[in-house]
Parts: sequence; C-alpha cells; structure tokens
Amino acid sequence: MAAAAAGAASVADEPIIALRGVTKVYGEGPTAFEALKGVDLDIDPGDFVAVMGPSGSGKSTTMNILGCLDVPSAGQFRFKRVHVETLDRDQRALLRRRYLGFVFQGFNLLSRTTALENVELPLVYRGEDRKTRQRLGMAALEKVGLDKWWDHTPAELSGGQQQRVAIARAIVTSPDVLLADEPTGNLDSERSVEIMQLLTGLNRDSGITVLMVTHEPEMAAFARTVIHFKDGLVERIDRNHHQGERV
Amino acid sequence: MLATTFTLALRSIRRHLLRSFLTVLGIVIGVAAVVAMVTLGQATTAAVQQSIASLGTNILQVRPGQGFGRGGGGARPPDFDQRDVDAVVEQVAGVKAVAPQAQSTATAIYNGANWSTTINGTTNDYFEVQPWNLTGGRTFLPAEEAAGRAVCIIGNTVRQNLFREQPAVGERIRLNNVSCDVIGTLETRGQAGFGGDQDDVVIMPIKTVQRRFTGNRDVRLMLVGVDDNYDTAQVQESLTEVLRERRRLEEGDEDNFNIFDTAQISATLTGTTTLLTSIVAAVAGISLVVGGIGIMNIMLVSVTERTREIGIRLAIGAVAREVLLQFLVEAIVLSMLGGLIGLVLAQIVIVVLTPIMQVPFVFDPQINLIAFAISAIIGVVFGFFPARRAASLNPIDALRHE
Repeated sequence: MAAAAAGAASVADEPIIALRGVTKVYGEGPTAFEALKGVDLDIDPGDFVAVMGPSGSGKSTTMNILGCLDVPSAGQFRFKRVHVETLDRDQRALLRRRYLGFVFQGFNLLSRTTALENVELPLVYRGEDRKTRQRLGMAALEKVGLDKWWDHTPAELSGGQQQRVAIARAIVTSPDVLLADEPTGNLDSERSVEIMQLLTGLNRDSGITVLMVTHEPEMAAFARTVIHFKDGLVERIDRNHHQGERV
Repeated sequence: MLATTFTLALRSIRRHLLRSFLTVLGIVIGVAAVVAMVTLGQATTAAVQQSIASLGTNILQVRPGQGFGRGGGGARPPDFDQRDVDAVVEQVAGVKAVAPQAQSTATAIYNGANWSTTINGTTNDYFEVQPWNLTGGRTFLPAEEAAGRAVCIIGNTVRQNLFREQPAVGERIRLNNVSCDVIGTLETRGQAGFGGDQDDVVIMPIKTVQRRFTGNRDVRLMLVGVDDNYDTAQVQESLTEVLRERRRLEEGDEDNFNIFDTAQISATLTGTTTLLTSIVAAVAGISLVVGGIGIMNIMLVSVTERTREIGIRLAIGAVAREVLLQFLVEAIVLSMLGGLIGLVLAQIVIVVLTPIMQVPFVFDPQINLIAFAISAIIGVVFGFFPARRAASLNPIDALRHE
C-alpha cells in the first residue's frame, strides 16, 4: 500500500475514496433531517484535502462516513474498492484499525496515561507484542518530535504537544488515510501552523492521504485540494497550486 | 491481548482504589460469611458426631416410656428388671452384651468437700458395650457385683471436685449415708451432644444402687451392645418383639418402651446441623448477590465516566468484543479480588470463633474454592450488562461525550 500511496500523483491511479450519491438522513417521518443530499466525491491517494463549510453543511457527516464511523443512508462509499456501506460495525472497525488514523479537535488522549502508551494504543488492537509496540510508538513520537516526552501524561503536556501525540497515535500504524477533525481548533495560530507543517510533512514524506476538516482558510491553504460543502452537497472543489506556502 | 486487558483492568482498579474497595465490600462480606458459616457448621457437625461417637456406636438404648413428648395421662409404663435383661441376652440374636442401669442422685462427701452428683448402678458390661476407659484403678470384681458391695468408679468431674489433684483410688467417700471405696477413675468424656456433663457421675454395682439408693429392683435403662456383624435395625426389631412379649402387649397396642439407636441419633443430629448450616449459608449467599449488584452499579458508572475513552478505542479500531472484554475482565478481576479478601477474612473469623464455639478448626479447601469460583461468576454475570453497554456505544456519540 505504501507503493500505491507513493505513486499518488500519477493520473492512472484510481481514487482511494469514492462517494456516489451518498445521502444521510437523521430521524424519521416529518422530523427527519437530510444532512447529505447525494454527495459524489473522489479523493486520490496521497492527496491533502481540506474540507470546509459552515456548520450544518454536511462536512462532519461526510467525515464520519469517510472515517467508517457511520454509514450512508443510501449511495455507495468505496474505500480501496471495498463497499463500506455493506460492512457491519465490526468489519468497519477492522477497516479503521488497518487503514485509518484519527486526529480530533479535542486531542482525545487517554488521561493519566503516558504519551507512549497513548501512541501504542492502536497497536494493542493490532495484537503487536510489547517490544514492537514500544519500538513503533517511539518511532512515531520521534516523527512528531516528542520522543523525549514519552513518559509524560497529557496533563503535563501543552495543547500543541498533546495534538502532536495524537498525530503520533494516528500514524503509528502507518495508515493509508489520516482523518483530522479541526486539528487546530483548540490551538493558537503559532501552534496551529506547527501542526499543519507536521501534517504537510507527513503527507509529502510518507505519502499518507490527509483529510482535514477546518473552518480556517489559513489552515486550508496548506491543503492541495479544498472541498467546500454547502447544504448537504459539495459546492465546489479548489486546487491549491502553492500548497504548503504561508498565505 | 488478554494479558494486556488484565493489566489494564488492574490499573483501572488501582486508579480508584477506595472506590474499588467499597465496591467489592459486598463480595468480601458475602464470601467471608458463606465460607465462615459453612466451615463453622461443618466443625459443629464434626463435634456433634464426635461426642455421639464417644457414646459408642452400635448401641441401642432401651427405656420404658411411650414415644417422645407423650405427656400426662395413663399409668407410667413399668421399668424393666433383671429378668428382662437376661431375656434380651438369651433371646435376641446379635446382642454382645447388655448393661442394665439404675439411677439415683446423691451428695458425695470426702474430707469436707462435697459434690452433688448422679449415681449410676450397672455391671461391668457397661464398659464393654461402650468405649470408656479407666485412668486408674479397676472395674468391679464378680464378687463385688454379686454381693452388691459398696465400691465405686468415679467420673472425672467428681474426682476433680472431691480430690483435686490427689489420688482418688483407694480412698473412701460417702454418698449420702453410704460409705464407699473408690476403686477406679474414668477418663474424661466431655459434654454430651445434648447438654449435661457425662463426667459428673459415680458408677457402682447395680445391686448396691438398688438396695441402698433406689430401694427397688427396677432397671431404668438397658444399654444393648450390638455385635458388629449384625444389622442394628434387625436386632432392634427382634428386641422389640421380645420386650413386647415380656410386657404382654396385645397386637395393636403401642410399645411402652423406646429404643434409641445412637447411630440413628447421630444421623438425625448431623442432618439437622447440616440443614441449619445450609440455611445460614444461603442467607449469607444473598449478600453475595447484593455485592454483585454493587459491582454492576459501579461498572455502569465507570462506563459512563469513560465514554470518551471507549469512543477513542472504538475509533482507532477496537471491535465491540474487545471493548466488552475489557470491561468484563475488569468486573471479574474486581470481584475475584473481593473474593480473595473475603477468603482471608473468613479464615480469620474461623480462627477466632472455633475456640469460642469449642469446635475443631477444619480447613475445607472445597468450600473455599467454590466461594472463590462464585465470586468470579458474579463478576461475569453482573459485569456483563455494563460491559455490553460499553461495547454497544456509538463511537461518534461517545467521542462527543463531555
């Protein structure tokens, strides 16, 4: 899969993610609310995508579906040719375990647990032994520049450091796709830029596909592709040609 | 994976040490109560059996009277006499020996010390049908029995009260107005299972007691020793037949004598104590269930508190079964720890109570194992519902949980 990701830029590659006519309806009857109204979307492997839009536009719902945390009410979601809409709860969990990494706005680290143990957590579910977990965990922490802080608990780390631990946790399994839900939402602009540079670097060096929800144009400017949502539909898709440069 | 889950459970328990302890208190008390009650119950049963065994096995006690608790009304059934005793020995197959008994009470006096006690008139057969050894001296000589001489063998309680630590054999004591030579002392027999000090007795030849104390030739009680090769029930049957004939009872008349089989009494009493033990243990077992509910309660609280953690685990790819296992293992470890503490507590209670209850200390590994297993099962049963709730959480909602 690393090979597939490395050749991300080539035109011949088929999309790693493909949505076809995806709808999502919450509730039933007269109170039903249609959050997605038939979204078509292709995302190429190795892309760095920012998802933008006002609240209620369907961007979070889309991210939940792309993260295999939720299923469409109708339509198709193909992830690496797998029809995710046909999978059950546990099968989607295995898909997340194998191919996806998550970064949240609120960091969502386990409190009173060291940075290394937090990073090791996905490896526990992969059934890796203790030594492998430590080796991979330390390597991931090194990538985010926190290997010296491995035995600190989240309470002892700054917000920026916590988010970097969360990123280390997301990449420790070498996933194909990294999903980040407003990763800089709780950080000041300086820390935000650091996090964005980190994500950009990971995208460039490891070929990992990054999907990021944000409402800050400055952060979206780091992405190669910016998808704008509005009223449950994709409004437009912009391509940044000066990706990675400060606006 | 399981080892990791186990470590995780221990860590989570350690993180809330006080809460965990309070949670398992119900299990601790339940296990301790069940184990202590059952163990002490078994010890009591053993003690009862022991004291009945000291009466001797394969013994039939025959007394005049009509059934248990048949009060008032009608003439008192007649006592037995020596001819009845002889008839039993001769006519009932399987009888090893018959010790007749005539009883009275008297005040024993020696050197200014006096002690009120029971006089038991019998023959040397008394020492043959039941195990009761002498600590000193001898039993009756045939001449003493035949002539009804004033000789006596004293029980340990009487000996202690009259002689303290001095030798008793060869001394002369007074029983009411009868002078009597002490020819033997008996070993301690202890409390009878149904109260009364068996050592508070003076044993004399039956003829002496009949002549000098009761003033008649009546025999109040026959101790019938049954040959080991015969069935006690069968001997009891033919004994009844012989006695009914001798007492001229018509067909349809009720027996006017009672035959107690010590083995049967032992079985009855053992049955009773066993039943009581199981009732008390069942009551104690209820607290185990209450303890289980306590565990379920705290596990539910814990699941709610850790909703975000569960969300994280689900998001990074834990399947439902793994989350379920995590919380289930935590509940099981918790209740097994409670069970262990309960077992230790139970042993302490038993060690403290056995001397007070005057029963032997018995360590029964079976009940300890069973109680421990039950504590584990309680963890499974009461931990399952909270664990399933954790596993069925929606990761999106769980991650948003504040």
